[in-house]
Amino acid sequence: MTTRPHDHPGEAMPATRFVLNGTDRAVTHEARVTLLDLLRERLGATGTKKGCAEGACGACTVLLDGERVNACMVLAAAVHGREVTTVEGLAAADGTLHAVQRAFVEQDALQCGYCTPGQVVSAVACIREGHAGSEVEIAEWMSGNLCRCAAYPQIVAAVQQAAAELGTPQGGASGAVQSTAPAARA
Amino acid sequence: MTVSPRTRDIHHVDIGTARLIVAPGGAAAALPETGIGSTERRLDGDDKVTGRAAYAGEEMPPGTLHGVLVTSPVAKGRIVAIGTDAALAADGVVRVIVPDDMPALAAPSVPPVAQSFVPMSDTSIRYEGQPVAIVLAETLEQAEHGAALVDLRIEAETPTVFETAETVTPRTEGNGYILGALDPARGDAEAAMRDAAATVDAVYVAPTRHHNMMEPSATLAEWRGGALHMHDSTQWTYGVRYALSGLLSMEPGDIHVRCPFTGGGFGAKGYVWPHQILAPLAARLAGRPVKIALSRAQCYTGSGYQPVVRSRVALGADADGRLTAIRHDTENVTSTADDYVEFGNAGTRSLYPAPNLSLTTRIRRADVGTPTAMRAPHEGPGMFALESAMDELSYALDMDPLALRLANYAETDPANGKPFSSNRLRDAYAEGARRFGWDARPRRVRARREGPRLIGSGMASAIMSTFRFPASARVCLTRDGAIRVEAGAQEIGTGTRTIFPQIAAERLGIAADGIEMVLGRTDLPETGGTFGSSSTISVGSAVADAADALRARIEGLADGTLPPREAWPALLRENGTGELVGEGGFSLPGDAPFDAHGGAGEHSMHTWGAVFVEMAVDEALGLARMRRCVACYSAGRILNPVTARSQMIGGIIWGYGRAMLEKSAMDPRSARYLSKNLSGVHLPVNADIPQEIDVSFIEEHDPHASAIGVRGIGELGEVGVAAAIANAVYHATGRRVRDLPITFGDLVG
Repeated sequence: MTTRPHDHPGEAMPATRFVLNGTDRAVTHEARVTLLDLLRERLGATGTKKGCAEGACGACTVLLDGERVNACMVLAAAVHGREVTTVEGLAAADGTLHAVQRAFVEQDALQCGYCTPGQVVSAVACIREGHAGSEVEIAEWMSGNLCRCAAYPQIVAAVQQAAAELGTPQGGASGAVQSTAPAARA
Repeated sequence: MTVSPRTRDIHHVDIGTARLIVAPGGAAAALPETGIGSTERRLDGDDKVTGRAAYAGEEMPPGTLHGVLVTSPVAKGRIVAIGTDAALAADGVVRVIVPDDMPALAAPSVPPVAQSFVPMSDTSIRYEGQPVAIVLAETLEQAEHGAALVDLRIEAETPTVFETAETVTPRTEGNGYILGALDPARGDAEAAMRDAAATVDAVYVAPTRHHNMMEPSATLAEWRGGALHMHDSTQWTYGVRYALSGLLSMEPGDIHVRCPFTGGGFGAKGYVWPHQILAPLAARLAGRPVKIALSRAQCYTGSGYQPVVRSRVALGADADGRLTAIRHDTENVTSTADDYVEFGNAGTRSLYPAPNLSLTTRIRRADVGTPTAMRAPHEGPGMFALESAMDELSYALDMDPLALRLANYAETDPANGKPFSSNRLRDAYAEGARRFGWDARPRRVRARREGPRLIGSGMASAIMSTFRFPASARVCLTRDGAIRVEAGAQEIGTGTRTIFPQIAAERLGIAADGIEMVLGRTDLPETGGTFGSSSTISVGSAVADAADALRARIEGLADGTLPPREAWPALLRENGTGELVGEGGFSLPGDAPFDAHGGAGEHSMHTWGAVFVEMAVDEALGLARMRRCVACYSAGRILNPVTARSQMIGGIIWGYGRAMLEKSAMDPRSARYLSKNLSGVHLPVNADIPQEIDVSFIEEHDPHASAIGVRGIGELGEVGVAAAIANAVYHATGRRVRDLPITFGDLVG
């Protein structure tokens, strides 16, 4: 029986080239490696956290071409030619925090900190998508990110504060989806 | 810690803090600008929002192997053979470790070792998910693939579960999980119940649940000569040292454990579980560092869980609502190896002063792993039962639920007659009721409707044991004038990296920001674990003592007065002194290694709270939502209202999870959890939680429990919430749910 290229899960791929936080990267890796494990185990970019490896907790949220994705659900090979932003890529080069990062500190929207990078990256996208219009809308659109310390009300407050500072995007922004969140809760 | 320029200016967090601390008479207490009680921002916030904070296994030495545990798919049986050929033939697999490879270990000391049975030490299988082999490979993917290729031959037997196990009395001799008397009693509860004007008698079930901390347990073990270095996700670095020292017959000083940040634990990382024992053994066999990170699925069996607690509660009261008799019988599931006891009647001992009392504490041994403490242990599951029963009694008496609690207010501890070290529960009831608007509540059930929804409100008391450990700490004035605080304690989200510097700052009369906090290492002064709401009371007191010692040394160099901070470096230079060190400690009455609710001391120590909840229930959809929660606490001095508020909100949401979502369901035929992932296990998400969670604390200074006026808060927030929610659901609908969580089926139709 002949094997085709990449049939074997451990077989090396040609290098995946992508932009990580503004820097060109080229990595040779096995076909089965996820973006999350590539970041954490190969590139030392451990700011992105591993909570479940099945897309259920959001701790590994990164921006892929500006849209939030769970890095555990993306094969590393799939980011070839694309742009990845992790929590390490949000602050300015001089260390000045992103408005969302600052808001999380100011609202005490974190405790143990393990879900926090994913929350922060998700919040950046949530605001850009135009899903930060109200407390209820923020809570709905931040519900892909679990926080077991349960800083949920403070997270909503932080997203609200950052959204006010950053301004609400106009319709048609990248990744924007019409809000289907209920207008009010029971 | 590097602090970015932009947040250096943020010293305080402004989130409605004015009403957080309530002075006598209900006025907002004035908050100090700096030091203890100020709203200092979280000093490690920047590290956490930027991803700089390093968790276990995120710093790997060169040559580190990835270890993946192969676990048993059956709950009871014997390993007949383990086929490793296919795994060893796979790319990158370096070694497969099986029970035959294991060295002889000394008998574990439980705790700090969580289980007296060490997996892989023989061929027996005692619970599903038990490690039976370890695959070591160059990459994570290779190790995972190799683990899937290991061929297990197991002789399986039919397992026992909670429902099929026998109820027995736990062993007390040599059992490290016994925290109090099993069956306290006074008077004649049965006779008093017969004579009571009103009685209730029902069974309440708080199911098995898991910690589900966001960071799966992980450990990195590295041998350097004869010394073991661990970067471990733990709540107790010294506990890991002592556990391994015992098992491996090593000197404690040859085991170095570090954990600068713990990504949540809630008890799961308190004691020492198999992966923490197996990683160092694997590293020794392989001659290379080994990292083992549990998969999310392995977290359900790789460490403990809060065991199901079945409570039978009976209450008798006179016509004025005064309790004449209390009966509270509890039983919990445990493993065949360890008699872990969840003291579900712990709170019942000290909350209400009934003259007649009968409590029993039992277990059922099943083919499952050993349970462990989980936020909030004992009082968490138990107070759901007692405070639900109190609500039922209030309706039996046609009495307001809060008035019933006030009629049974304990002036001294009913368990032992001791005075409380401090207790402002009466003020917490009043303040909570005022903020909630409890007086406007209709007495009848099903009395309030808004469109399709029934609205109800419920309340419950909260009580939590105060746990304390001896602790030591060091505060140093460095040659260049910086202040460094050192303690072995952990940072798990409770804010220790912020409040310990605040304590030192107040004692030294300086600002907390800029103080370096070093913690989470066994080469730092020894402390207990970060669990049992004990870190602030214990380590905080030691930090205060160390700061006082340092202050005295500075004053000693400066003719007895404390010079301004700017003058300290010059003072050191003038006296030819290098670093100036203050050592401090905190010890317990009788030099006990641990005590609960005051131990051998003259005072009883507990924390208290009053929880009020409003629920909206749509019976057509079977849907219930929490609309708001007001909770007021008596917990001693509050060191930082901001981090304290966050902890209590977290606890309340944990209570919401207990009431409405969480249950680790087990298949009784296989003794296997049905869902071992975060998609099948329901946990609270942001959209479940209302923005209106109003937390407050009664201004208080406890002169007995610690050196700094505090008791503890972390677990208290979880207590009482589930009962308040169930009571509110009853008030809304007339449906009494005694078996948690409250689900669609309990409410629909």
